[in-house]
Amino acid sequence: MIELIVNGLKRQVDVVPDMPLLWVLRDELDITSAKYGCGIAQCGACTVEVAGAAVRSCQVRVADVAGKRITTIEGISEDALHPVQQAWIEHQVPQCGYCQIGQMMQAVSLLKAIPKPTDDDINKVMSGNLCRCGTYERIRVAIHAAADKMGGQ
Amino acid sequence: MGQMSDLSRREILFGSAAMAGGVAFGSYAWAQPAPPVAADINPLAKELARNAVTFNPWVEITPEKIILIAQHADKGQGVGSIQPLMIAEELDLERDQFEVRFAGPSPAYFNTGFAHELAPFMAPDQSPAAEKARAAALQWLRKAGLQMTGGSSTIPDTYDKMRMAGAIARETLKATAAKRTGIAASKLRTEAGNVILPDGTKIPYVALSADAATVKPVTNVKLRDPSQWRFIGKPMERLDIRSKVTGEMKFGIDRKMEGMVYAAVKLNPNKGQPIRSYDASKALAMPGVQKVLKISNGIAVIATNSWYAMQAAQSVDCMWAPSIYPADQADHWKIVGSSFTPEFLAKQWRNDGDVDAALKDGTLLEAEYRAPYVAHQPLEPLSGLGLVTDKGMEIWVGHQSPQSVQHIAAKAIGMKDEQVTFHNEWMGGSFGHRLEFENVRVLAEVANQMRGTPVKLVFSREEDFQQDISRQIAMGRYRGSVKDGKIIAADAQVCATAPFKELQARMDMPTKDPDAQLAVGIWNVYYDIPNYRAASFEPQGLAPSTTWRSVGASANGFFTESFIDELIHAAKLDPLQARIDMCKIPIYRKLLETVGKMADWKGSLGNGKGRGVAFVECFGTAVAEIVEVTMTDAGIKVDKVWVAADVGKVVDPINFENQVQGGVVWGLGHAMNCELTYAGGGVQQTNYHHHEAMRMYQCPVIEVRGLENDYTVRGIGEPPVPPAAPALANAIFAATGKRIREMPFNKFIDFV
Repeated sequence: MIELIVNGLKRQVDVVPDMPLLWVLRDELDITSAKYGCGIAQCGACTVEVAGAAVRSCQVRVADVAGKRITTIEGISEDALHPVQQAWIEHQVPQCGYCQIGQMMQAVSLLKAIPKPTDDDINKVMSGNLCRCGTYERIRVAIHAAADKMGGQ
Repeated sequence: MGQMSDLSRREILFGSAAMAGGVAFGSYAWAQPAPPVAADINPLAKELARNAVTFNPWVEITPEKIILIAQHADKGQGVGSIQPLMIAEELDLERDQFEVRFAGPSPAYFNTGFAHELAPFMAPDQSPAAEKARAAALQWLRKAGLQMTGGSSTIPDTYDKMRMAGAIARETLKATAAKRTGIAASKLRTEAGNVILPDGTKIPYVALSADAATVKPVTNVKLRDPSQWRFIGKPMERLDIRSKVTGEMKFGIDRKMEGMVYAAVKLNPNKGQPIRSYDASKALAMPGVQKVLKISNGIAVIATNSWYAMQAAQSVDCMWAPSIYPADQADHWKIVGSSFTPEFLAKQWRNDGDVDAALKDGTLLEAEYRAPYVAHQPLEPLSGLGLVTDKGMEIWVGHQSPQSVQHIAAKAIGMKDEQVTFHNEWMGGSFGHRLEFENVRVLAEVANQMRGTPVKLVFSREEDFQQDISRQIAMGRYRGSVKDGKIIAADAQVCATAPFKELQARMDMPTKDPDAQLAVGIWNVYYDIPNYRAASFEPQGLAPSTTWRSVGASANGFFTESFIDELIHAAKLDPLQARIDMCKIPIYRKLLETVGKMADWKGSLGNGKGRGVAFVECFGTAVAEIVEVTMTDAGIKVDKVWVAADVGKVVDPINFENQVQGGVVWGLGHAMNCELTYAGGGVQQTNYHHHEAMRMYQCPVIEVRGLENDYTVRGIGEPPVPPAAPALANAIFAATGKRIREMPFNKFIDFV
């Protein structure tokens, strides 16, 4: 048994230690907001936070995150929607939406590191997240809007 | 098949010249008896709950809730929002007062939106002959009952139909309330899910459902004047946005079922070919693995978790039957290049004036263009959930063609089409990928060997790439001549695998007609060139291809608009002004003028900057784009794109902008960075690092304007794609003097 802390809750899973966190979340814990896109850290759809940092959960061995704080989109905000989520709604970013959870998780992480990012900052940090529908421009706009909401803090 | 003989006569009328979103319904061979007139069937009536009522195939009201049917499939383009909202517009529902369900397979949901494409007349043609042909095509579609999402037909199909469905429901509810209260229906009104009596008393629709079932639907209704619209044409929040932002949205890949097992596959990379033998001993010893099953073109691993299944599938040693198309890419191009011959001529689509004579007059230009195979690869991989019992199969899968899912699954397991119950899912993209059946057939085969146990199948990204039935491979050979500052002749010859014809064959609806998709972008060219010829050739024996966002026009638009640019340059004219001057259709001229104003076009820019323009009509929607680039030390930087598109009516303005921006990103990204190449019978690109398309750092600012001058409502999912590549190539030429005639462009120039 491996013990995980997901969104503040203790969970136990009985899987091989090498299993990527992504598949533990999706198939064992039924947290399907983390998406499988490529399996090799090329698309970012599986992005979650481990101990406050954005990671590609398809590349993280479950044994390596035992006891660490794992946060998925469901856990990024205490009560209401996170400002990033609010901005995503206001600017109607998603089309199919499959990549967007990963995009938002990456954006949350970006805004922690750079509260007031430039377009260049956004392009650099967000280019690891693929969007096949092509919503990149809306993502840029939404990240700026979220930064404003958060007061550049 | 009772009506087939009847239909085949019309096929002669439409089939050969059909310009259908590929839908040349030529030799239609549906595997079920021809349905009765679609409008008379209501699939919702079959499984109606107690005291519930359905007025038509799009509205169901029970004592508890209101259900609106999204007729088309939602692959991200917004069907699941705008279609129910168009019903709600007339039914006087607020956006939180109904549930949305996707349509099951039924001829009642036949796609009227294909009528324009079926009739062999160009989009702007409103002549009586054109309108008569479209009306006849509509009748044909009504009888055929074909339900399919594609060809940017979502809005054209449902713009009137959904509103009418809502209006009929509303008036019937009023009639029901009138019967109950004795007050004349004309004195009743409706608002927010209630019928409202003259004294202000509200009767909720749900409270009328049982009675309404006994009232004959009121069909003599008038649609509201647009001035009364609450939703349509106004900025609105898509119904699916919130669940897609909170993570609650369940896509097909997210569906689970009690007692299900997980399946992963390893399939023959030589597309369409069987497996010869395999050794699964290693896989069977791996954690979580329950079984290894043989299926027609590979193996499937059954496990307790998708990852266990994928890992084990990789470790199975398989012996594959070899490919029946050339093993290596160079030979694919060789076949394409050598098939511009009478033997492979599919059709000469236009022959105006005397092209041969005009080519000898003036300055001759010749150019060859190429568009490679490319993959669809929506971010949600192919997947599905299936359960086979002795009675039939139930399948949950996101798909654009519900009736075909039934047919393909049934055929794979020796059942009848009607034994397959299909449930559509929200899709994480498609771009044409989910018009094909690799996952459907495989899932049916696997679930059939696991009778009684639900099976969830997920393709690994690598399998998905390898089994992706790609965009057509295409080559264009163009000749033209200019004289006295004018283009006097152009001869467009395109040789390409036939995407829609091949799809039809896989749907068991084979046709011998030329693939009308290969005419799009060479036939519907609106420039005043006195001597103009266009022909398509269909080479044989190549890798399979299918519809890829914008289909024929994705290659042909690039070829034609690049060559027109070359001719304009040779004639020493301005690329935008020359197009405006040559354009024969007033509303299209307006479009070019509009995009020019948006970009403040003033001719060449200098300082390493360049602008290119392109204009293509596909699926009836004309789109003009201008791309601006800068040549930097690190390569070409795409700075900005301006787009003007005329759809007659912009129904959902925010989503419209999003779709256009996405189409431009799709068109640019693949033109810059993507190709699929064959080696040893399989494709060499097996994940996104080999086939990146566009990432954010390359994405320009994209400014969009929707025009409403067209005489009918048009779609926007695909039409922004074709002009993007030629506008970029033309911009690169303007900035650098270098003509790029082959995609992907990054083989010839670096991008920042």
